[in-house]
Amino acid sequence: MKTDDLIAMLGTNVEPVSRGQLARTIGASVLIGAGAAVGTMLLAFGIRPDLSLGWRFLFLKVLFSLGVTIVASIYLLRVARPDTGRKIPAAVLATPFVAIMLPAAVSLASAPVAHWNRMVAGNQWLECLVSIPVIAVVPFAIIIWAVRRMAPTDLVRAGGLAGLVAGSVSAAGYALHCTDDSLPFIALWYSATIALCTIAGAMLGPRLLRWT
Amino acid sequence: MAVGEVELKALMVAGLNGDAAAHRMLLEHLSARLRGYFRGKLARLTRGPSELEDLVQEALIAIHTRRHAYDRDEPLTPWVYAIARYKLIDYLRRSRASLTDVPLEEAGDVLARDDHVGAESAHDLKTLLNQLPEKMRSAIQCVKLEGLSVAEAAKRCGTSESAVKVNVHRGLRALAALMAREK
Repeated sequence: MKTDDLIAMLGTNVEPVSRGQLARTIGASVLIGAGAAVGTMLLAFGIRPDLSLGWRFLFLKVLFSLGVTIVASIYLLRVARPDTGRKIPAAVLATPFVAIMLPAAVSLASAPVAHWNRMVAGNQWLECLVSIPVIAVVPFAIIIWAVRRMAPTDLVRAGGLAGLVAGSVSAAGYALHCTDDSLPFIALWYSATIALCTIAGAMLGPRLLRWT
Repeated sequence: MAVGEVELKALMVAGLNGDAAAHRMLLEHLSARLRGYFRGKLARLTRGPSELEDLVQEALIAIHTRRHAYDRDEPLTPWVYAIARYKLIDYLRRSRASLTDVPLEEAGDVLARDDHVGAESAHDLKTLLNQLPEKMRSAIQCVKLEGLSVAEAAKRCGTSESAVKVNVHRGLRALAALMAREK
């Protein structure tokens, strides 16, 4: 095939591309992913029965998780485009984590040492560690589907950010079920599981996001 | 022809707004630059020129089908360069070459070499199209090869206009995947 013929073909009936298409597609995938996370949580775990008692902590957990979602989504929009060397400082990604870890440290420091074990490990740390990545599978698949349609060139980073966004929306979903109400618990286990999802995403990225 | 970032970006933006002539001109300019860029890289890796045009064409399709991943507020040249480099690395990986010596260099490299010579790849468009699902093939045939409008193509294929658009876009992406697999 002659390159001129290819160009003639590609240059025939060129459809306009609207400005925000990339942001809309990825934004929609994150929203649908969040919906899927809540759906999975309702089906598999159910909302915590003591909602009237725990709503303050529920609010905190959702606030933290969605804070991560918002910050990570901004990065995801960046890495869905070809990497032209313009990076957003990675420190911004750490802000929601720092924002939860500081008050968690204060609450730990102001509590007697005898309570620490319970505050950190809670009742269900293992359930939290397992459930959030399980809930994250569907949102991850939806977000990867969207990012594949763009043009990521740093596939490890793009996969990691897809994992981070998926992990954070599923953490927000899991929060509706989780009955461990302590700041150190959220700071440690929510962060750790979201980090786990990020690592898994980074490892899967090169395989799942490769495009031709 | 000394066409630089400003002109190329203007053509790209016009193409994104639906200007087919501008888009075609952009792809012509870029094909020469891509050819020069890939030729330099492949020579350095002691590879023959036979695959050069394949790579140029794959990069052109990628630029076309991933246009929506370009941010109009950013310069165009680094964006094209990033895609060209991605396609080069992907190509080398496919052909099991060593990746150690793909150097990271300035985006200016894409603009540095211009090469209008050459221009036939090993790919055969008809053979490739025949491997596509029927819907995609007929959509590309009508809209991209015969030049029918989307509305006319929809009438002929008996589908909706949006289905035709989706099939053209998916078909081009599938075409790129087939080209990559042929090697």
